Amino acid sequence: MRFMTIVKTREGARPSPALIEKIGKLGADAASKGAMVGMGGLGPTSQGARARLANGKITVTDGPFTEAKEVIGGYAIYEVASKQEAIAWTRAFLEAHIGLWDHELEVEIRQMMDDPTKGC
Amino acid sequence: MTRQKAADAIDAVWRIESARLIAGLARIVGEIGVAEDLAQDALVAALEQWPESGVPDNPGAWLMATAKHRAIDQLRRGKMQDRKHEHLGRELDERQVSPEPELAAAIDDHVGDDLLSLILTACHPVLTTDARVALTLRLLGGLTTDEIARAFLVPKATIQQRIVRAKRTLAAARVPFEVPRGAELAQRLESVLEVVYLIFNEGYSATAGDEWVRPALCEDALRLGRILAELAPAEAEVHGLVALMEIQASRLRARVGPGGEPILLLDQDRGRWDHLLIGRGLAALARAEALGGAYGPYTLQAAIAACHARARTAEETDWTRIVALYDGLAQLMPSPVVELNRAVALGMAFGPAAGLEVVDSLTTDPALAGYHLLPSVRGDLLAKLGRFDEARAEFARAARLTQNVRERDLLHKKGEAL
Repeated sequence: MRFMTIVKTREGARPSPALIEKIGKLGADAASKGAMVGMGGLGPTSQGARARLANGKITVTDGPFTEAKEVIGGYAIYEVASKQEAIAWTRAFLEAHIGLWDHELEVEIRQMMDDPTKGC
Repeated sequence: MTRQKAADAIDAVWRIESARLIAGLARIVGEIGVAEDLAQDALVAALEQWPESGVPDNPGAWLMATAKHRAIDQLRRGKMQDRKHEHLGRELDERQVSPEPELAAAIDDHVGDDLLSLILTACHPVLTTDARVALTLRLLGGLTTDEIARAFLVPKATIQQRIVRAKRTLAAARVPFEVPRGAELAQRLESVLEVVYLIFNEGYSATAGDEWVRPALCEDALRLGRILAELAPAEAEVHGLVALMEIQASRLRARVGPGGEPILLLDQDRGRWDHLLIGRGLAALARAEALGGAYGPYTLQAAIAACHARARTAEETDWTRIVALYDGLAQLMPSPVVELNRAVALGMAFGPAAGLEVVDSLTTDPALAGYHLLPSVRGDLLAKLGRFDEARAEFARAARLTQNVRERDLLHKKGEAL
């Protein structure tokens, strides 16, 4: 089963070198256990844009998304045997932030529908 | 936390942590059977305690600490009646370990080496292939006996017996728990790669049963391959095998139709191929080639798979390069199955007559006597040459030979369509 975890937090908060190192280690651990197959961080919303369809009309707004309390900061893709396994990796990810991250952090864990074993 | 929720969480933790747990313990006690027992004890403790206490913040460390305590307790209480515990005591005595801190330190060191030792032991040449497969899925894959039995469509008792016997064989042969170096490592790894690819193939084209693919087995094999690539990063063929499996797995979704029927490579909707896996596969192939593995058997097969992965349409396939790669493979490991595949590529590159010439030379090969793909390939080539009656007879023969229900249906359809 393939899961994407989407990390949301306050825009502009920067991880310390200690946190970056810890998360890097965790990522390497997940990769060495064959669980993580992809990951990435997203740039600031000031470099992005938002496109919206409403009432048949498309509007595009350049970043930053100043009104947003939380923005997506990064993602990881796991290939695991169960949702619980994806949750376990996410718990470890959050755990790594304790004491090193002052803001709230939310991770959404979603099964990917392009899972190679689905749709057969 | 409900009991069920805790049990699910523990299941997940077990999948993630059990291999390292068993590996670390095995180095201390010297025997994987004893190590697995200790790890299982820790699992039982988790099942008792976690529903009340919740899952600890670092569940892997919790399990390891618990297992270590069990090992030390057994030692302290001096209850060494049975053979395993005697063994445990002796190992610790020999190392002159004063239990707690040093034992703990000993387990924490060399995690990578321990895991590699574990997989090398599980795939040791003294074991039968069946035993290697069962033991690898159990100790490295974290699968239960039940799950292994279901995956291979055999009774649970059969797998149980296989595992018990395998552990006994390893203990009797006094197989040392260690990582050999240099040429010996490469040689022992061959056996591991063989086992991993066997597991993958059993999932990729099930030899028996109602389903043509069992993707869970492919996933297990891929996971083992990815772990192995981290454990032995300098071994080109490990990356070659990973590349091969990633690229083949990228087609899993596209190679089964809505009714569960197989869809052959050239007929697949390439838009349904999994590009995450293709990207990973091509990267692993590049790594294997950079390590000088271009002519290893798995790397060669991965290079062939990559030719298909790179072609946006079936027509764009570089068949001439595939023929050249099969030529290399045929020299490296001459086998009638490789020859048969080479014939398919020849037929695509230089016309069906060229392919048929090679296939005809194989029809008397006793190794292929019961192999359904021989008449199946021959049928395809004959059909392309307009020899429909002969082609029909070949498809019928192939249908009789295959054990797989889905494949049989496909072959019948092919014959009827002519």
